[in-house]
Amino acid sequence: MNIATTIEQKLLSAFSPIHLDVVNESNQHNVPVGSESHFKVVIVSKNFEGERLIKRHRAINQVLANELSEHIHALALHTYTEKEWHDYYADSVPLSPKCLGGSKT
Amino acid sequence: METIERIKEQIAENPILLYMKGSPKLPNCGFSAQASQALMSCGEKFAFVDILQNPDIRAELPAYADWPTFPQLWVEGELIGGCDIILEMFQQGELQTLIKETAEKTQTEENS
Repeated sequence: MNIATTIEQKLLSAFSPIHLDVVNESNQHNVPVGSESHFKVVIVSKNFEGERLIKRHRAINQVLANELSEHIHALALHTYTEKEWHDYYADSVPLSPKCLGGSKT
Repeated sequence: METIERIKEQIAENPILLYMKGSPKLPNCGFSAQASQALMSCGEKFAFVDILQNPDIRAELPAYADWPTFPQLWVEGELIGGCDIILEMFQQGELQTLIKETAEKTQTEENS
């Protein structure tokens, strides 16, 4: 199993997330093509309610301790409660630009 | 001095301390760059340790801190977090408050 899938499965079972994105960002870094070294996780879970960021991150680091020590070089974490996720993204999902007619010319 | 003793001493002696890769002026990692940039924007003096120049600290701090990655921001002996936490606190204005209050407190202590 690749690392991305392992991360995904471990987080799914530990946090029952409402939303989960695991993005392999290794291609943005100075590592061989196809590496699984740099990841970004966006996770929305009820478990984070009332928890400070450091506690949320520690909880994730603990679940992924093995991957962190063996495989992962960088792990960006963006952790939200349902409310934070809603407040954060409700008005800020970027809109795609309007059509300016270029497809017909 | 043992590495762990040096770490404890650094954390105890520097109220605002960033462990990072490279220096704020010449960071060697994107995450360290963002973290030190946010910290510099707070406008207060802070200490930093370049862990690339201190491989022993790089090896031992994660276990001591119970935090696997760098950068790490320590304020008044407490781990605040890594790059994502620093940036999120900065965006919320919490980092500026924390850093300013810590700097003021330290100054008052030095003057008294």
